[in-house]
Amino acid sequence: MKLKTFLLTALLAVVYVLHQDFWNWKEAYPLVFGFLPIGLAYQAGYSILAAAMMAVLVRVAWPNHLENVESEVKDLKEDRS
Amino acid sequence: MIPVIVVSIYLVIIGVIGSLAFRKSKANTEDFFLANRAVGSMVFFLSIFATNMTAFAILGSSGQAYRQGIGIYGLMASSSGFVIPLTIFFIGTRLWAIGKRFGHQTQVSFFRDRWECSAIGTVIFALSVAMLVPYMIISIMGGGRVLTDISGGRVVYPLGCAVVALVVTANVFFGGMRGTVWVNVFQTLLFLLFGAVAVAVISHSLPGSFGDYIQKIATNPKTRYLVTRERMPERYFWSYTLIPLSSIMFPHMAIMCFAARRITAFKRTVVLYPLAILAIWLPCVFLGVLGSQLEPGLKNPDGILLHLLTDHAPVWLAGILGAGIISAVMGSDTHQVLAVSTMFTKDVFAHYGGKAKYGERGSVHFARGFIVVVTLIAYIVALITPASIFELAVRFAFSGFAAMAPVMIAALFWKRSTKYGALASTLWVAGWLLLTWYLQNISDASAPGPGKPPLLIFPALGHLFERTIVNVTVYGFLPVVPMVFGSALCMIVVSLLTAPPSAETITKYFPGRKSESSGQGAETDQAFEQLAARGR
Repeated sequence: MKLKTFLLTALLAVVYVLHQDFWNWKEAYPLVFGFLPIGLAYQAGYSILAAAMMAVLVRVAWPNHLENVESEVKDLKEDRS
Repeated sequence: MIPVIVVSIYLVIIGVIGSLAFRKSKANTEDFFLANRAVGSMVFFLSIFATNMTAFAILGSSGQAYRQGIGIYGLMASSSGFVIPLTIFFIGTRLWAIGKRFGHQTQVSFFRDRWECSAIGTVIFALSVAMLVPYMIISIMGGGRVLTDISGGRVVYPLGCAVVALVVTANVFFGGMRGTVWVNVFQTLLFLLFGAVAVAVISHSLPGSFGDYIQKIATNPKTRYLVTRERMPERYFWSYTLIPLSSIMFPHMAIMCFAARRITAFKRTVVLYPLAILAIWLPCVFLGVLGSQLEPGLKNPDGILLHLLTDHAPVWLAGILGAGIISAVMGSDTHQVLAVSTMFTKDVFAHYGGKAKYGERGSVHFARGFIVVVTLIAYIVALITPASIFELAVRFAFSGFAAMAPVMIAALFWKRSTKYGALASTLWVAGWLLLTWYLQNISDASAPGPGKPPLLIFPALGHLFERTIVNVTVYGFLPVVPMVFGSALCMIVVSLLTAPPSAETITKYFPGRKSESSGQGAETDQAFEQLAARGR
């Protein structure tokens, strides 16, 4: 396995595991911004982390080889008539 | 009356956008079903998001938060915000490329070609339709209920359902995929704004601050569970991370992936998706929890947002926000109707000779006729059948489609996968759906009340099957867990025991493998092709 693939897989696994915030399970406090219970604020932050994770994937693991795919369907134009 | 007028204006706008799309349409199926595979980047994001967001994202999320508290956000929203973009990234992009290369317009068409078998496509088609149609019906029911609630009962339920069914039918009938995605742009923007506006308006109207109300909930032992997850079992919470695998397997989501103009359209979508979920779900969940204090004792907590808006927002704004809710309903419903029509036209009508006999134009006529018939039937069923039946079916559908994800992953990434592996997985999923349905039915009468421990369904089997207030569980996990892992296992074991597809098909779908590999890799490919040849 290439190092890049290994690191990305590990990163994905870590982000997945971080979703299970068992340490917040029975906690309501602190109230983030004075009104968001910690469990809800954490999971909201997790959504932002997920977006950052996706940005990393798009940047370093984008399937470039698919960008120049051409249609191999010969009769498509005839079908469009 | 003002909310009804505002919603009516919204429906007229939807109709106008649909008719504009109709003017641009051509009489071929690729244009009708996939907007000529020319959906641009931003429209693609807004549309695929609308495809996946139903009324549940607004009404259901706040209703569940009212009942269960903040845990519902982590349970359904943040897990979806991670898993759904991942599936779009890994599966959606590959589906797009395969659709573009070989002209596939549905998953079933891909499976048939990939595994050189018409029957496997038909089996998956039957299961997919059985799981999708209840979802479509419940969307019409949801839309009807929302229109009735927003109008304060002036629009009766059958009329509300009829309006939703009619607008959806007209939109899909005339505009096809193009009309659907154009309307989605407007709809998604509207419901993305919904949450923030609702929070701002309600906070402005309350005598106390949000913090005061949350403090009150957190310090009361009877309501404290609403701001923690102390009543939410951890196994249940983890099980839910598998449910979003269903998203890409829903036919309307997969079909959307075929419609993008370029693969780069997926980039923006995967990054923005978690943030869009955050924008909708966080305010709705928060307001649902808050609603338990502001409007206690509601018989139907799914209406909590409508209650809050009625009490705390000016009527014209309540109308606009109501239109936002209707948008969420219609956005997904139009895609579901279009997907069912696409599947019947391509996977049944065209596949079994209809296209050869009647041509592309005939296929589009068939699709339009089918749209009218299927929404009419859905409307009638919505009126005469209790919603609970379909709510249950939809819950099962999410588990079922999630458990079909290994089939798609194998088709795309594992060249050794076989049609028998796919068949075994599909039968495993269908079997579990029937088993869960049966267990649910026999345990309904003995389901424990809120806060009570789960009940053993068969005491002799110990904790294997338990019944909670709502669900059947398997050793405390949701049925989706054995369904997904069992489906993957079926695919692996049965594929390894049966002959792979021909080398020609393998080369067709994995063209780069041979040329990219060298040395040992090339030998492996050669050995594989020999194996494939023996299999034939």
